[in-house]
Amino acid sequence: MRNTTTLAVILAGVFSLTACGSSVKLDDNVKVEDRTGAASTADARTIAPVTTGSTDPLNDPKGILAKRSVYFDFDSFIVKDEFKPVVDAHAKYLAANKGRKIVIQGNTDERGGREYNLALGQKRAEAVRKSLSLLGVSDAQMEAVSFGEEKPKAQGSDEAAWAENRRADLAYQ
Amino acid sequence: MMKNFFLRGFAVFAFSLASLAQAQLRVETSGVGATQIPIAIAGFADETLAPQQVTAIVKADLARSGYFKIIDTGNTMSETTPVNYGEWKAQGADALVVGSVQRLADGRYDVRYRLLDTVKASNLSGFGQVAGPDRLRVAAHKIADDIYEKLIGVRGAFATRIAYVTKAGNEYRLEVADSDGEGTQVALRSNEPIISPTWSPDGTKVAYVSFENKKPVVYVQDLTNRQRIAVANYRGSNSAPSWSPDGSRLAVALSRNGYTQVYSVNADGSNLRQLTNTNGIETEPQFSADGQFIYFTSDRSGGPQIYRMSANGGDAQRVTFNGSYNISPRVSPDGKNLAYISRREGRFQLYIMDLQNGQEMRLSDTTRDESPSFSPNGKYIMYATEAGRRGALAVVSVDGRVKHRLTTQTGDIREPTWGPFMK
Repeated sequence: MRNTTTLAVILAGVFSLTACGSSVKLDDNVKVEDRTGAASTADARTIAPVTTGSTDPLNDPKGILAKRSVYFDFDSFIVKDEFKPVVDAHAKYLAANKGRKIVIQGNTDERGGREYNLALGQKRAEAVRKSLSLLGVSDAQMEAVSFGEEKPKAQGSDEAAWAENRRADLAYQ
Repeated sequence: MMKNFFLRGFAVFAFSLASLAQAQLRVETSGVGATQIPIAIAGFADETLAPQQVTAIVKADLARSGYFKIIDTGNTMSETTPVNYGEWKAQGADALVVGSVQRLADGRYDVRYRLLDTVKASNLSGFGQVAGPDRLRVAAHKIADDIYEKLIGVRGAFATRIAYVTKAGNEYRLEVADSDGEGTQVALRSNEPIISPTWSPDGTKVAYVSFENKKPVVYVQDLTNRQRIAVANYRGSNSAPSWSPDGSRLAVALSRNGYTQVYSVNADGSNLRQLTNTNGIETEPQFSADGQFIYFTSDRSGGPQIYRMSANGGDAQRVTFNGSYNISPRVSPDGKNLAYISRREGRFQLYIMDLQNGQEMRLSDTTRDESPSFSPNGKYIMYATEAGRRGALAVVSVDGRVKHRLTTQTGDIREPTWGPFMK
């Protein structure tokens, strides 16, 4: 329903622009025809395309969907309350856009063994995947994987870097 | 006296390193074995005409092992040179090594060696090998292996190889080198991480985890012909490969059904079987030496601990109890000991446990140790550590007495795996 309305508005806009253009061109037509045959097509049948801003909320840099990271406490796999609105928003978007797919990438800080950290990162990715699943996102749209400690976003060996790397990212494909 | 030997040993070592301009790894040794056998090693006849000085490699191997005191003879002796045993005995040498390196018409070298017992005035061992110029290092390591075996009573592992991962800038490499870190060769280059390499029991393949497809996937690469197959590329993460002793199967850790669980799969990727089924982390599977059991890391008790189960799955028994973080189990080749990494007071260090009585011993004094790997003769453990904020490899004897460290000029070196005995 909303889509139909949008289309009608766009069509009306295009129609009015075309009409407007043709009225201006009454005078121009004479001059243009004096020149070349190619330019003579700029007449009443011209289509002047109009591009509105993208209507995909995923591309809105100020929208909540621009937030694609969920941060975790040390040794924790619980999606904290402060990240629930982010997870909710992505769940709604994915439920409404069945064609979109995401990979949830779990990460850990650098401390400890690489393989165990890979499994810990998986636990974080899985926590986000389960939350999305409970909110109605289909399994076919999601894959939870882990980067463990292998692809740190923040370099360095201090608490700030570690906190930045205890994270799951939602990567749209 | 001991100090003298040590300085001299180090000088010999430095020389052998300097003579190999292409060497990428630097080795530093510290500590010596409980007992050291004094051994005189003469220069081999005509070895200076070959591209590699065979006795320099033999000396470095034996010195690095910690179980030999090298006596430099300062002269050249071939296997046919008459030997005055009393003279060598008087110099304190229990054994004498002589030999020759002759270039053959086809460009290869005939390397002959003899090990003499100066105390009994008799021939202990010796053999001849024909080696191409690019195999002279191996020929030298095989001589060191034979000396080690005849005098220590344990098979030498100098002629084995190691594989490890380097990271410099954005480039990750899986490299193969001789056990002394020399003769490095690149097996795989990638712009994405490579972890957990592990040699096949026959030494021709390496299984590893590569992130080249934006997620961890387990590959088996044939080192001899560049062929590689993805043996585990399921939904989720695929990691932690370990070979069965007969090389027919791999144990892996997969998250295809949620949390990471242990599975086994044929070496060609067929016949996947799930071995654990818990609501937690089950990872780092490692076959026991006889293939009957799998040791693995599980967080079922809250934090990571090491457990053991049948190679077909089923009930598991907990193996580690000290400390709240025990990971990366590796079973010794004789099946009697377990090496692992334990976190105690914030330090991640290498431990070894006697599996019969549960007695454990700390083998490292660094703080960020990872990924232990036994030498095939069970006498040493190589592991990843840190030196000057960069990844380095370290080797320690299982009694903790002898230590070496391997570092690169630039970048990190990590994830070592010690290859098997080979012909």
